Amino acid sequence: MLVSYKWLGSYVDVSDVTPEELAEKITRTGIEVEGIEQKGATMKNIVVGHVLTCIDHPNSDHLHLCQVDIGEGEPVQIICGAPNVAAGQKVIVAKPGARIGGNVKIKKGKIRGEISNGMICSLQELGIEGKVVPKEYADGIYVLPEDAKVGSDALALLNMDDSVLELSLTPNRADCMSMIGVAYETAAILGKKVKLPKITLAPSGEKASDYISVKVDTPEDAPLYTAKVIKNVKIGPSPLWLQTKLMAAGIRPHNNVVDVTNFILLEYGQPLHAFDYNRLGSKEILVRRAKVGEKIITLDDAERTLTSEHLVITNGQEPVALAGVMGGANSEVTNDTSTILLESAYFDSHVIRKASKDHGLRSEASSRYEKGIDPLRVREASERACALIAEIAGGEVLDGMVVHETLNIEPVTVTIERAKVNQFLGTNLSVETVANILARLQFPYKQDGDAFVVDIPSRRWDITIKEDLYEEIARLYGYDNIPKTLPDGAQTAGGLTPYQKKRRIVREILEGAGLNQAVTYSLTSEEKFAHFTLEKSAPIKLAMPMSEEHAILRLSLLPHLLDAVAYNKARKNDHVALFETGAVFISQGENIQPKEREHLAGVMTGLYVNHPWQGEKRVVDFYVVKGILEALFEKLQVHSRIRYEKANIDGMHPGQTATILLNDETIGFVGKIHPNMEKQYDVKNVFAFELDLEQLLNTETAPLAYEAIPRFPSISRDIALIVDKEKSAGELEQIITEAGGKLLKEVKVFDVYQGDKVEAGKKSVAFTLTYLDPERTLTDDEVTKVHEKVLAALHEKAGAELRK
Amino acid sequence: MKERLQELRQEALKKISQATDLKQLNDVRVAYLGKKGPITEVLRGMGSLSAEERPVIGALANEVREEISTQLEAKKAELEEEAIQKKLAEESIDVTLPGRPVNHGSHHPLTKVIQEIEDLFIGLGYSIAEGPEVETDYYNFEALNLPKDHPARDMQDSFYITEEILLRTQTSPVQARTMEKFKGKGPIKIICPGKVYRRDNDDATHSHQFMQIEGLVVDENIRMSDLVGTLEIFAKKIFGEEREIRLRPSFFPFTEPSVEMDITCKICSGEGCPVCKGTGWIEILGAGMVHPNVLRMSGFDPEKYTGFAFGMGPERIAMLKYGVDDIRNFYINDVRFLKQFFAADIPVSTESSTNAVFEQSGILGSE
Repeated sequence: MLVSYKWLGSYVDVSDVTPEELAEKITRTGIEVEGIEQKGATMKNIVVGHVLTCIDHPNSDHLHLCQVDIGEGEPVQIICGAPNVAAGQKVIVAKPGARIGGNVKIKKGKIRGEISNGMICSLQELGIEGKVVPKEYADGIYVLPEDAKVGSDALALLNMDDSVLELSLTPNRADCMSMIGVAYETAAILGKKVKLPKITLAPSGEKASDYISVKVDTPEDAPLYTAKVIKNVKIGPSPLWLQTKLMAAGIRPHNNVVDVTNFILLEYGQPLHAFDYNRLGSKEILVRRAKVGEKIITLDDAERTLTSEHLVITNGQEPVALAGVMGGANSEVTNDTSTILLESAYFDSHVIRKASKDHGLRSEASSRYEKGIDPLRVREASERACALIAEIAGGEVLDGMVVHETLNIEPVTVTIERAKVNQFLGTNLSVETVANILARLQFPYKQDGDAFVVDIPSRRWDITIKEDLYEEIARLYGYDNIPKTLPDGAQTAGGLTPYQKKRRIVREILEGAGLNQAVTYSLTSEEKFAHFTLEKSAPIKLAMPMSEEHAILRLSLLPHLLDAVAYNKARKNDHVALFETGAVFISQGENIQPKEREHLAGVMTGLYVNHPWQGEKRVVDFYVVKGILEALFEKLQVHSRIRYEKANIDGMHPGQTATILLNDETIGFVGKIHPNMEKQYDVKNVFAFELDLEQLLNTETAPLAYEAIPRFPSISRDIALIVDKEKSAGELEQIITEAGGKLLKEVKVFDVYQGDKVEAGKKSVAFTLTYLDPERTLTDDEVTKVHEKVLAALHEKAGAELRK
Repeated sequence: MKERLQELRQEALKKISQATDLKQLNDVRVAYLGKKGPITEVLRGMGSLSAEERPVIGALANEVREEISTQLEAKKAELEEEAIQKKLAEESIDVTLPGRPVNHGSHHPLTKVIQEIEDLFIGLGYSIAEGPEVETDYYNFEALNLPKDHPARDMQDSFYITEEILLRTQTSPVQARTMEKFKGKGPIKIICPGKVYRRDNDDATHSHQFMQIEGLVVDENIRMSDLVGTLEIFAKKIFGEEREIRLRPSFFPFTEPSVEMDITCKICSGEGCPVCKGTGWIEILGAGMVHPNVLRMSGFDPEKYTGFAFGMGPERIAMLKYGVDDIRNFYINDVRFLKQFFAADIPVSTESSTNAVFEQSGILGSE
């Protein structure tokens, strides 16, 4: 809502505050003032001129030589290129040395050999938006009224010395979509009274009801519909005061009658519509739902096909307006119109919103109906408009108003108690303070001791419950005057859940290992949705995606992490290590919330150790990533229950990928991205892992307990085994562990060899076995006995021979 | 014999001074002080001496032995010191060469912001509540006083999957779910962080996916002043003790009264600059007293219970705190961006000089 400071001054005295002070007060009390614009502030030396003569420029086919009286004795010559410039016009002249819109400076100059002492201006050149400039002047200079005083300040005449406040209205404050609404708000803030316009209508002798009848088919859509008739109007341009007010509010002036309806819309917030009575083609107005497929051509010359969800105003037969949104071209007021039918109505917001949305038409009228209007202003606004039309278009307002009304306004009464107000706000307001605030709001109330019974005026339809009134009191008292306290009820311990704590640990471990935490999008494409999934699911698609890239909820975190690797690679960030924790979504059937599982995934590529000057460089490989996961599992105390099994997983390298099992259940995988997949994502040599974080973190673990440091020495034995190439170290380790029994404390691989020193198809795997008895010193014989058992088991179960 | 001893002294001392390493020095010791050495020999021949001469020669022999021994020790120390010096010189390195890098990654900046806020409120007795990102229309809107035809819930703003299921547009449904779980009995004190989704085209200031962090307190006798006090602690702890706050009335369907909070601009300290659009203030969060309809729908009696809620955008806070100028940076995951957040961000001011009111309350002590 654009609010002219000067115009506002005609309803409430703002003479003791500057526009800036007023803006600050309004902002702090309830409505954000987004900006203050004083268009004329940067302009000067712009006056009213009188074009005495206007001839064609001798050296141009479109320029004109004008002799212009600017009130400085001799007329001055000004060259003007506007097609509509003509002798006799009063125009806007920027004198040499003037500054016009866009901070452009005007100088005396020569154009094609002829002197020009300034410039005749269009409104656009004064910084007024083209879309609000009256159509007839849109492509040329603006012509001022004949009575404009030559040499006087044109900026003042055009009201450009005014300040316009831009109010950003929240949906609950639609009452301020009118000057009068803003005036009430301002009056409450400043402690002033509101002056409402005085309306006097001369009696006509003829009755409007003889000209028109009103019928409403669906009263719930239009609980109040009124019509007035004005005869003998003379359509023409509006007076300058009206045009400048509309333009300052962002509305283009059309003609005096339409401009008045728009003026009232701004003043009262009540949308009005003027029909050309003679073009209606009947003496009746019928408000009804449109028929399916019915058509109307609206004022913007667009043909619109309607449905039964749209409300139309008809002449009994065909639509003449799309109710509350836009009039029909067939009944539009033209220069020849002499009789006006003026509609002022209260339409239901839903039906208007539907039409406005379906037709992509948001007009000043529809946006007000959508947010609600004051039903008590419907009649008053209409009468005020009639009076103004009569005043500036010379019409005769017929007696009476033709009304169809089913509206039943329930008065809203809210009772509050001072003690409760104070308890709610944490304040200590006196009865007088509360009473004073209600008085400033101009809310009638009855006081009974501490209690206030408040009659909420219909102009504030946002207030229905006591909390609404608490807000009114709080904001006018000043939010910053509310004390600062903390809740003093029962204390709560607060803190993180075990899961949340563990999740933070996961992040810290991975970060400690060099991975950066990434956050990627949850929405992905149909193609990527199917990659690297731990669990299968039907795609969960958005009903109306904004792009194919973000159309389906993800099942894996890896696709977007690989995209991030590719993004980095394209920018020469070759060493990338990222991880992410986030939800994946598994369909449970249509119209049911999906199952959400938090996953943990990581990607690594490039160098893991990069310390070149001491000759240390290590490229990320499977074991680097696995080592990081092992540290993570150890930190979470699940490492003894974790197993790795070589596995074939879609999108992963079949020879370098393992599933990870916790308590024998698969919780994820680790491995190298398949070369084909790497090609798709435009990455190379990327190792990745993805785990179901919830499975990992929700598994029960024993509390951390100290284990005594052994007081007796351990004995170590190294063995090198020759086994088949396919035999995994994990299998051997398991055999060793089982056979080693209690005394075997630790098994560690220290060498793996495959080459010409062992038989083809075989490999050598070497282990260090550490034996320990925490109670006493082991003898060599005891160890040998167990060790022999281990070797026998290895031979028997894995065909392992000791390497000689 | 006297002469012989003097001679031996001269010889030995000369050899000691000429020794260049510990081995030579040891040879001198063995040669002169050993059991088969010349001094022992001299002592052995003392039997042929007179009773008068014997103690004199004996004393001299001991004196010579001692002197050689002392000189040997001194020379040894000297040679050892030389050897150490030599070794140290050989071992000298260029200390300006870079150290072996230790791998380290970092929290995502949004996690940094969220955890800082979580930890602040955990200290005030709050728990962290989380909820689904794909929500029902009921929890995302209706339970928050946004009935089906409410203008603030335009279909165009939300990612619907079906008519009843959508990506949550705010973390507030977690509030509704939590209140339901408490079955009409307070106190509730929670912080709800999480991802939310809206139909916005991604650009420098918009993202179709972003984070929110909200707080909710419901108890008997919760006052609006409690909200104001809580917000001030938040602003000063997160943005700095020197920040001032101001509250402006606003509108949210789920709170009444509703407020928006501004803090003084960090860049210009309230003087007015382009970052704060010349106002000196920067909008940080929205908040308000929980609407009685919301309390009622989630099973709380609004006549008995009141509450406050607040919500903010971690992206916005991170952008203000770290000077990030494009929201897309948070989702592109350029490692050159992410790595910058490895550094700890500890507030410059170490003193906790919060308003006396809070110290009196006993909740905030000095740290």
